[in-house]
Amino acid sequence: MGYIANTEQQQREMLKTCNASSIDELFNDIPNSLKPKSFDIPAGKSEFEVCTLIQNMASQNYSHLTNFIGGGFYDHFIPSAIDALISRSEFYTAYTPYQPELSQGTLQAIYEYQTDIARLADMEVSNASLYDGGTALYEACQMAISTNRRNRIVMDGGVNPIYKKMLYSYTSNLSIDFCEVSVSHGQSDRQKLFYSLDEKTSAVVLQNPNFFGVIDDHSDIVEKCHSMGILVIQSTYPIALGLIKTPGEIGVDIATGEGQSLGIPLSFGGPYLGFMATNKKLVRKMPGRIVGKTLDNKGREGFVLTLQAREQHIRREKATSNICTNQALCALRAHIYLSLLGKKGLTQTAQLCLDKATYAKKRIKEIPGVDVMESSPTFNEFTISLPLDAGEFAGMMIDRGFAAGFPLGRYYEGMENYLLVAVTEKRTKHEIGHFAEAMEEALCQ
Amino acid sequence: MSIIYEKSIPNRQGVRLPACDVPVSGSIPKEYRRSNEAELCELSEVDVIRHFTALSRKNYGVDTNFYPLGSCTMKYNPKFTEKLAALDGFASLHPLLPQLRHGGLLTQGALAVCYKLERVLSEICGMDEFTLQPMAGAHGELTAMMLIAAYHNKKGNKKSEVLIPDEAHGTNPSSAAIAGYSVKPVPTNPENGALDVEALKSMVNEKTAALMLTNPNTLGIFNSDIHKIADIVHKVDAQLYYDGANLNAVLGKFRPGDSDFDAIHVNLHKTFATPHGGGGPGAGPVGVKEHLIPFLPISRVVKRDDGTYALNYKYPDSIGYIAPFYGNFSVCLKAYAYILLLGKEGLTEVSENAVLNANYLLHSLKEHYDVPCMRTCMHECVLSAQKQAEKGVRALDVAKALIDRGFHPPTVYFPLIVKEALMIEPTETESKETLDAFVEAMKEIAKLSETDPESLQQSPETTPVSRLDEARAAKMMDLVYTKPE
Repeated sequence: MGYIANTEQQQREMLKTCNASSIDELFNDIPNSLKPKSFDIPAGKSEFEVCTLIQNMASQNYSHLTNFIGGGFYDHFIPSAIDALISRSEFYTAYTPYQPELSQGTLQAIYEYQTDIARLADMEVSNASLYDGGTALYEACQMAISTNRRNRIVMDGGVNPIYKKMLYSYTSNLSIDFCEVSVSHGQSDRQKLFYSLDEKTSAVVLQNPNFFGVIDDHSDIVEKCHSMGILVIQSTYPIALGLIKTPGEIGVDIATGEGQSLGIPLSFGGPYLGFMATNKKLVRKMPGRIVGKTLDNKGREGFVLTLQAREQHIRREKATSNICTNQALCALRAHIYLSLLGKKGLTQTAQLCLDKATYAKKRIKEIPGVDVMESSPTFNEFTISLPLDAGEFAGMMIDRGFAAGFPLGRYYEGMENYLLVAVTEKRTKHEIGHFAEAMEEALCQ
Repeated sequence: MSIIYEKSIPNRQGVRLPACDVPVSGSIPKEYRRSNEAELCELSEVDVIRHFTALSRKNYGVDTNFYPLGSCTMKYNPKFTEKLAALDGFASLHPLLPQLRHGGLLTQGALAVCYKLERVLSEICGMDEFTLQPMAGAHGELTAMMLIAAYHNKKGNKKSEVLIPDEAHGTNPSSAAIAGYSVKPVPTNPENGALDVEALKSMVNEKTAALMLTNPNTLGIFNSDIHKIADIVHKVDAQLYYDGANLNAVLGKFRPGDSDFDAIHVNLHKTFATPHGGGGPGAGPVGVKEHLIPFLPISRVVKRDDGTYALNYKYPDSIGYIAPFYGNFSVCLKAYAYILLLGKEGLTEVSENAVLNANYLLHSLKEHYDVPCMRTCMHECVLSAQKQAEKGVRALDVAKALIDRGFHPPTVYFPLIVKEALMIEPTETESKETLDAFVEAMKEIAKLSETDPESLQQSPETTPVSRLDEARAAKMMDLVYTKPE
């Protein structure tokens, strides 16, 4: 039964050592009045039976659709070497590296991951990861608030609407004011944004590429904010960083993002990977685990969890954050992914995404009644307008084997006919062609 | 061992990407481009495989040997659940698909997993409803505190304090503080190792929003005064919260919901055997009683009359989004498969054997180490190395000496209220032979602390590195690799 090793004979011997006559006796501290009123759980099954049952459930999911949905979560290629390495049980059955002598594998991998993220974002330091991109953004806001002791956050309209909702929930019981500034032609609206800044503003939250796939150069916003003592937080898409201007290049204070695109499967929403990078002067405000290099008592180099005075197990209610876990195994996936791709591979992947998205735009533009929003440059995701409700249209495309994109009406009033389409390096010319044909056919119906 | 960047050779690459098959080339205007390529390492696939294989060999997991890290429930992680999580029908499933057609017809299998796991967790814990969204234990605590805040706000209750026992995990006070509450520690009764009920009574007042309780607590002691505690707390309409960190002790033996707990979080990565991954990902689903259901985060999985599953977002009193989607889905899937395999009897046997193993260790070691609270323990026992510390062998030295004897050490210096604490949680999956070997090692260390304490202060000597200078790490702040000049 289950995964218990001890035989009844051994259990009896052990009970004797405990001076107990039965296992029940060990539970004497639980009085009858506290015994379960019910425990109606089905009887156990064999591994074979459970696998069959769950495989049947897996087969009910439409994972076979050709995917053009993004919205911050992308269908990128995952090299097999990642799963092979991740399956090393020394990695996945370990706990948080509290005993560094037994955890140099995890610790060095995190140190290398921190280096990857810092180099990708052109920032000085990174933490060991957070739950997801949305949590990372929230934690960045808290960092800003505790740095300049102001309590107002100005949010650009291009920030992922899911993250916005998370920020509002997390802060609903705290005295933090939010101000949201809608985008103009897909990009950050400088005029409105600058107008909204005041001496109470702690941080401006930006996203690049933004939710609509539009890329921007936020340097002017950073300059303006810094002149007013306001921090700039930028959420970004790590694959895009293969090509686009980095948070570090424009002087962002805290860079965050969702690391799912770095070799982590979509898995219906998680586990994912929130990354966060910042500058040395803010490092003590950073949440989560951080790994540092040091020496052992024989002068050998090694790694430890460091700056722990920030954390909950030391500081309790005064900690910078309540976060205890990081997403170590997801961070390891991202690190292996970036190590396999390397410097050239990342740029190539980003370029392939861009090329294919450019081609998809061209094909889609040719479809009568469909328009591609092109007032600002985009990376691998773009908005199209349709002559009908985008949700209804997406439904028609499912019957043709495509997850056509994300209907924007879901989060933006008045955008019911707009669809957000993402194209990754996995989409072939053939698939994009079929996609455009299927769209045309669906619209003719 | 070299840092991966030191192994980099220009123009090497570990993945062959597809050739560009589209007849156009996209370009990004110069003002939006990064000026230099990111300096990532350049390696072949073999280089990468060898690097990480070598790293893995410098790690210790449950599959290596005994891992009695108290409060962390390092039980064996079954292998079949890994295979199920990797099934294409789950791993390739885009989380936004349910928003394309009728709330989830494209993801019925995944939604069924969520719904059924919520149901079975509710039954295991005696709660009315569960949400799978919290992505870790601490995230579950925070979510529950947010639910409690929403409840009080809705009722117009003016609440500002959360009470937390002094032995509690650090995440408790920190989660309560982040939800906007001030924290008041409640003392532990030194005589029985449980919450001091009289002290609690004097601390509870109209400002009290909640009491966060771990039962059994971090001393491994089950608190049987729950009804009394619940009455005190509920009298001022405060909420009683159960930190499920130690749920492995009581499966089938005690349900928090039966004894007036209003909200609970469980750690799937502890009690339900999903791997810890070297520090995540975990999952911390939250269960609530009926009066807190309206505040649960959205979306929620519902079962329609026709037997299909759907996502519902229309809950006006909900605290909103606390995760981008449905929590750490693949972790939840593994836990669900584990529960199906064990079933009612198997789950009960988990706690029976976890408690037996812990008591066996307690009784085998009680003559050799101090026991701050000598009574039947639950899934873990707390010893103290105070006797050894008088000879110069501190809890940390015991821990490091265990490493040289092939074991992962227990949690040390926690709970904070026990001096030189050694918190040992064997879990149910360990055999008597393993426990006996551990006991022998602990006895040998106790003996050496009398005869040759200095030898223990040198440990560990069998690991790739010995004791590391943490102060130096904090001072030097070498957090990313830089190429030597």
